[in-house]
Amino acid sequence: MWVLLVLIVVVVFWVIAAYNGLISLKNQTVNAFKQIDVQLKRRHDLIPNLVNAVKGAMDFERSTLEAVIQARNQAVKVNASGPENVKQISQAENALSGALSRLLVTVERYPQLKATGNIGQLQEELTSTENRIAFARQLYNDTATQYNTKQQQFPTTLVAGLAHAERTDLWEIEDQAERAVPQVDLSRR
Amino acid sequence: MTSPDGNLFQQQEANRRRTIWLVIGFVLFFAWLGFGGDYIWALEGHHPFPWLGIVLTTVAIITAWYAYKTGPEKVLWATSAHEVTVPQTDAERQLVNVVEEMAIAAGVPRPRIWIVPDEDPNAFATGHDPRDSHIAVTNGLLRICNRDELQGVIGHELGHVKNLDVRLMTTLAALVGAVLLVRDGMGRMMGRGRLPVRSSGRRAKDAGPLLAILLVLWVISWIIAPLVTQLLAMAVSRRREYLADAVGAQFTRNPLALASALEKIESAAAPTQSIKRGAAHLCIADPLGRRFTNREGWLADTLATHPPMSMRISRLKGMGYAELKKQGGLAV
Repeated sequence: MWVLLVLIVVVVFWVIAAYNGLISLKNQTVNAFKQIDVQLKRRHDLIPNLVNAVKGAMDFERSTLEAVIQARNQAVKVNASGPENVKQISQAENALSGALSRLLVTVERYPQLKATGNIGQLQEELTSTENRIAFARQLYNDTATQYNTKQQQFPTTLVAGLAHAERTDLWEIEDQAERAVPQVDLSRR
Repeated sequence: MTSPDGNLFQQQEANRRRTIWLVIGFVLFFAWLGFGGDYIWALEGHHPFPWLGIVLTTVAIITAWYAYKTGPEKVLWATSAHEVTVPQTDAERQLVNVVEEMAIAAGVPRPRIWIVPDEDPNAFATGHDPRDSHIAVTNGLLRICNRDELQGVIGHELGHVKNLDVRLMTTLAALVGAVLLVRDGMGRMMGRGRLPVRSSGRRAKDAGPLLAILLVLWVISWIIAPLVTQLLAMAVSRRREYLADAVGAQFTRNPLALASALEKIESAAAPTQSIKRGAAHLCIADPLGRRFTNREGWLADTLATHPPMSMRISRLKGMGYAELKKQGGLAV
């Protein structure tokens, strides 16, 4: 009789602990996702400045600039549609990353552009923004993986339904070349 | 890379516990001095009431509380660091950006950023917990490190912050090194010819007997503090640095950058003038440039605050090459 009672108490305590653990991870995942969002907004706000700064000197590279603007507008549009469709957002952002890295490589070909000071600062800001996005993504993926693993592992998986835990999508990166985007670091020291 | 998540939690718990024990040990030490003195006095037939013990214990408790609360300020003050609020130069802008990036990677609020005017490359972190933390780097570090290496160093420091190493190490620095830190700071101020006017003798004269007790306390502290510092350096184990290297590498996913930063710091082995004995164990590299830091064996383990640089570098390189292998080739 007593043994049974103790057993029930132990089980109840474990259920509470496992439930709370899952909820905490769930909220951490949501929060980590919000962090990516913040950094993406930052990038979207930065791009018009960059484009304006290089527009005059790079008139004949119009297609590169237009690709960046187009990718940026597309990304803003997809982001506005809400945080549910992680896949679409990450696709649009990856396209933007690609366009931006092409622009940065092009800027490298114009030493007189870099010499005008303003560009140097913008490049640092852009490098930093790319890094921030990458690190926010890394944190999100790490947290989401932890959350996914936890809810699939036995015995926590028994409580997963109770906590409405569902698998979260990771923020995919298309290919190895994409991973190297922040590496386009312009080696300012 | 092994995930130190469980490890992290254990480390945080251990650091909380050790900080409490450190404070308790400090108070008990002074209680023993006080009540021991009272006991000796009572044996000689003097006053039976343990004034000395009560006063010393109270002073120790207040000091401990004060040291815990103001530890980060004191450490930063003693190194004459100045805060970077609005970045002025390109280097400062880059530093602020890098710290911001690493704070995102670590998932902690951005620490406050300080620069120590010293040409020797070094860095340290201080604070109580991730919500209240500070990262300080020297001018020398900003000068010799490129962006990736700076990122590695900041990642290492944020590792200390997230592990709660900063709480234990700062409290240790503030408690035991309080005397040393104040002395170093005084030396600095006298060197520049401006002593604080506030600590004038008027109040001390009123205090009378309290002054005598304080004097004794100070003399004792001055005599034993260096010894106690050395002993506690044992408690602040060298494993901590390896762990912070690993956690930092987990944030940057680029252990080779930290390895190369450590190589640069090592080759510029001049002592860091601004960082003195009391805060030595906080730094990424031993600021005193002590020779036995680079030795193995029990003597070095006992007396050095940092593991040998070559060991740290080779471990980081091991991590780096394992990573590259997993990605299928040297993609750098």
